[in-house]
Amino acid sequence: MTDNVITLGHGSGGLLTHELVRDLFVRAFSNPLLDPLDDGAILPSPGGPLALTTDAFVVSPLEFLGGDIGSLAINGTVNDLAVSGARPQHIALAAILEEGLDRALLERVVLSAAEAARGAGVLVVTGDTKVVERGKGDGVYLTTTGVGAMRPGFPRSDRGPGPGDVVLVSGPVGDHGAVILAARSGVELQTTLASDCGPVTDLVEALFEADAVPLFLRDPTRGGLATLLCDLAEAGGCEVAVSEADLPLRTETSAICDIVGVDPLHLACEGCVVAVVEADRANQALDAWRVLESGAGAQAIGELRSAGRGRVVLHTRYGGARTLLRPTAELLPRIC
Amino acid sequence: MSDVLEPFRDPGRLRGLTHRLCNLTPSKPIAFMHVCGTHENAIGRFGIRSLVPRWLRVIAGPGCPVCVCPPAEIDAAARLSLDHGVILATFGDMVRVPGRISLAEARARGADVRVVRGVHDAVRLAERHPDRQVVMFAVGFETTACTTAAAVAARPPDNFTLLLAHRLIPPALHALMELPDLRLDGFLLPGHATTVTGTADYEAFAAATNLPAAVAGFEPVDILLGLERLATLAVHGRVEVTNAYARAVRPAGNPRAIGITDKVFEPTDAPWRGLGVIPGSGLSLREPYRQLDALDRFGVTLDPDLPESFPGCECGRVMVGLVEPEDCPLFDNACTPSSPRGGCMVSLEGTCHSRFVYREVRND
Repeated sequence: MTDNVITLGHGSGGLLTHELVRDLFVRAFSNPLLDPLDDGAILPSPGGPLALTTDAFVVSPLEFLGGDIGSLAINGTVNDLAVSGARPQHIALAAILEEGLDRALLERVVLSAAEAARGAGVLVVTGDTKVVERGKGDGVYLTTTGVGAMRPGFPRSDRGPGPGDVVLVSGPVGDHGAVILAARSGVELQTTLASDCGPVTDLVEALFEADAVPLFLRDPTRGGLATLLCDLAEAGGCEVAVSEADLPLRTETSAICDIVGVDPLHLACEGCVVAVVEADRANQALDAWRVLESGAGAQAIGELRSAGRGRVVLHTRYGGARTLLRPTAELLPRIC
Repeated sequence: MSDVLEPFRDPGRLRGLTHRLCNLTPSKPIAFMHVCGTHENAIGRFGIRSLVPRWLRVIAGPGCPVCVCPPAEIDAAARLSLDHGVILATFGDMVRVPGRISLAEARARGADVRVVRGVHDAVRLAERHPDRQVVMFAVGFETTACTTAAAVAARPPDNFTLLLAHRLIPPALHALMELPDLRLDGFLLPGHATTVTGTADYEAFAAATNLPAAVAGFEPVDILLGLERLATLAVHGRVEVTNAYARAVRPAGNPRAIGITDKVFEPTDAPWRGLGVIPGSGLSLREPYRQLDALDRFGVTLDPDLPESFPGCECGRVMVGLVEPEDCPLFDNACTPSSPRGGCMVSLEGTCHSRFVYREVRND
């Protein structure tokens, strides 16, 4: 019986902990830096600047269409490094498990994380597990820290984003948030919609290879595309003009948002990037993205203008215009 | 679903309607009021106000069920959840409405407040927790009231009760007409509510007030069609109710929904934020269903003396269209969606919230 669930004993530091780490985590993530199970991993020096990122993952439900907390943690960390301009290399992973957690679920999550790490070409080189009493956690929390070597020439030293530059998005926005929102709101999906959870390393690489080194690069995770564009407008000190008709948005995501009453531009993406490039580089950047599976839906969605400083203006499909703001509070299902 | 909606989001059709609207030549500026939070949200989201001619003002009226709910009911909900240990089931919009204490604050102090999508979720909670009392905070207009009625008629479990805060729209329209400073030339009627009620009450209202009205849906083409038809009536001085949402609204409404509402509820006088007590504008349970009244079961009384709003908050006057949200000194200042002072800034359907989130940029 106890073999099937996580008990406080698995967090005791004794034999059960050792077996859990050995039989599950090390087996899944095995590599020469991790396998000795020393207190810390010793990394080779990349010989240049490093990017370092850390993140915590508390998603509910733990498993969702297109991913789970394991793949989300790895890809989220990889993507933060990638959009910082680094080549993701090593990840530290800590798991906080709740007493009573189904062992089979934990195995699925860990194997999924391992598969995501292989897919993104990163090594999980150190980690930790703790178990908290029943009721004091939400099944599994994961925290990660990732490092990667910075690409030469990024961030650009010549200039930042400014008027005339073009805003590109690599694919449909809001899919991850829509899947989670639907699951949490009890909307049963009868579609193929899945989270876009995945690595964006290829998308970033493609920009550099196509000689379209971005002036601004970010992934629209929590807060969605709207939050990212507000950040961009403030960073660039200019107006971001976005064309609603050009926004890549799946019908299913749009429909879920209509049902629940939220703006798809406030929903998180987990495998998508936004880049600002010079207008004369936009086409080569889009071409480089569109040959990739993760970039097939890439679009130019707007441009930077010198007018209204720091604001984002969405030009609707109907000739109207409104400002786009960050979401302001928790997303609550509306009344009717 | 979106394939079905696509014709009602077609930019070409919208341009045609805008063109027809702009070609009208009224002799004076015209003001229409809508009384539906979903209309305000859609008007903002689709940028409709930036499309209509400058002589046309579209005013938001009391159409957000959360905003019209006075503080006494919210306070009763908080007390039920804190002092009586019930599971309080509520629509998400209601959770953060400020009062003596908001439901979000009650939850932080240990109250069991659950967000539900509808009354059926609350009944299910009662079935799953037979050892607990479950109270549904039933707010909303005719559209939502009929779902509450259906749940009541279906004999919910004994541990289920209702804190009733439903409101009816036609009595509120009559009350609006009594406001001395409000000048209107017509009403855009709520497509959701009229799907249930039909248009008979509004025909009588139009005749009594000598103002035209148009039933409108919620897609951009629906709203523009409603505005264009209403403006045409107003410009030509014709008083009638036109149905610009015929794919959903029948003149007789939904007889089953009307029947069940009437079977379970009877009209009662009810207070509205900004409008005071309006005769016959609320709903109470008829005799056979009285045991479902949460106030009775737990011996909680409404406190009518609670201040209606935060000092300086103009929610009451915003709600009835006497001032625009931007005219309130707290708007985007002390009052934002992340730190709301009044109900209108909380709900997605609240006028201040919609105006804050969807700030329009005029093209001309």
